[in-house]
Amino acid sequence: MLRELYFSFVDFLRTFGALQLFFLRLLANSPAILVRRFGLVVQQVYNAGALSLVIIMICGFFVGGVLGLQGYANLAKFNAEDSVGTFAAFSLLKELGPVITALLFSGRAGTALASEIGLMKATEQLSAMEMMAVDPLRRILVPRFLGGVISMPLLTAIFSVIGLFGAHLVAVDLLGVDPGAFWQQMRSSLEIGDVWEGIIKSMVFGVVASLLAVWEGYNAIPTAEGVGRATTRTVVITAIAVLILDFMITAIAI
Amino acid sequence: MSDAVDHLIEINDLYYSRGALQIFTGLNLRIRRRQVTAIMGPSGTGKTTLLRLITRQLIPDRGTILIDGIDIATLNQKELYSLRRRFGMLFQNGALLTDLSVFENVAFPLREHTNLPNRLIRHVVLTKLHAVGLRGAADMMPGQLSGGMARRVALARAMVMDPDILIYDEPFVGLDPISMGVIVRLVRKMNDALGVSSILVSHDVQEIAAVADCSYLLSDGKVAASGSPDELRNASSELVKQFMHGMADGPVAFHFDAPDYAEQLLGRDAD
Repeated sequence: MLRELYFSFVDFLRTFGALQLFFLRLLANSPAILVRRFGLVVQQVYNAGALSLVIIMICGFFVGGVLGLQGYANLAKFNAEDSVGTFAAFSLLKELGPVITALLFSGRAGTALASEIGLMKATEQLSAMEMMAVDPLRRILVPRFLGGVISMPLLTAIFSVIGLFGAHLVAVDLLGVDPGAFWQQMRSSLEIGDVWEGIIKSMVFGVVASLLAVWEGYNAIPTAEGVGRATTRTVVITAIAVLILDFMITAIAI
Repeated sequence: MSDAVDHLIEINDLYYSRGALQIFTGLNLRIRRRQVTAIMGPSGTGKTTLLRLITRQLIPDRGTILIDGIDIATLNQKELYSLRRRFGMLFQNGALLTDLSVFENVAFPLREHTNLPNRLIRHVVLTKLHAVGLRGAADMMPGQLSGGMARRVALARAMVMDPDILIYDEPFVGLDPISMGVIVRLVRKMNDALGVSSILVSHDVQEIAAVADCSYLLSDGKVAASGSPDELRNASSELVKQFMHGMADGPVAFHFDAPDYAEQLLGRDAD
């Protein structure tokens, strides 16, 4: 029992070390790809970012709407319904925006990346590339990783803005909160540091979600079952990593 | 010409195992320049594995593989990639890049390794596609091709950089007789007209006989027999006879190891 625990711990450390080395290799190759093969990165920003826009916008709108409803209902008990804008802005910019975007991103773009790369491996496309003296890490993995890293902060910003719009629609237009108070309170209590916290989170989550998706796809067992499992693991591990990191970054920021 | 120069690829005392399974145990093999060398053997003898070892997609446990007299285990990644540019490899299922069209698949090595102008790339790609009879399919996506067509596109792609060494992994599987004949002639023509050396893995005894200069028959991790197709056909060894004439009975068992058939059907094997 203790032995098994020990071995699974060693196994975990080994995987984690390999993941870090993999991350460093991606980073080391990133500048060259950004400069010389920018077209490849743009295409992946389209795949990971632009194609995730609809789901991000719909979810952002409804999350914002719920914040408007809940905020109004609860703050009204203290006659503080004017603060609903502040409440929504803090929630969206610092927590819900980055976290929910990262989870949606891994569900939409991360799984697509992992299964695409896994299938490329299963159908020997990666081997074929190596045989053509083209490094799949540079040609396939780095552009996809960078595409995700660039997309995430942009998607988070869009999510938060649409969320605020949703909150405004519900609180001001439907429930009758004064629009001047809605915006004024938000502006006076929000500081630039709060916005930065969200931006930094979204960047970190972007790196983590893209890294894990690319890693899982690249290390998938090259069978139908293996690719399926890699896709599932991408979502599960990303969700866990994002929530743990969210806690850690928040703890540091406060 | 000295012996060392005459042999393009030299494999000495090669050992390779996957898990507990010993695939090669002391394999020795020579591949001569400008010849078509066939590697044959029953399924599971590691023919594809051998190709992967030769191209260093896998690393042997023991033994050396020399290409042009250079031990490929000593190459760093840059040297390995410049060696691989001399190879053209045809994978069993084609391994076309599914997100690129047929034209772009064939153009892929050119775009990655050269700065040729688009006009020239177009010219080269169309020439190669024409050679495999698929110029008309240039705008199709790999998903729209049949298995045989995909293999022919992959062949065009393998040829597009004008390699010194062409490696074919089961090139004849799943081709109709017409494309099969064309491909067999193409393999031969590439070899004779362009001075390419070809390595061909296949079970198709008839096609091998038509195209190969020299064949190796692998069995039990070693070379069981070698020689020209005629020599192999007339060999006296039981194993070679069984393989070349496709007989069910012989030293190679058709059945995988299993408990006694009658005992198992009667349910007595569990006891």
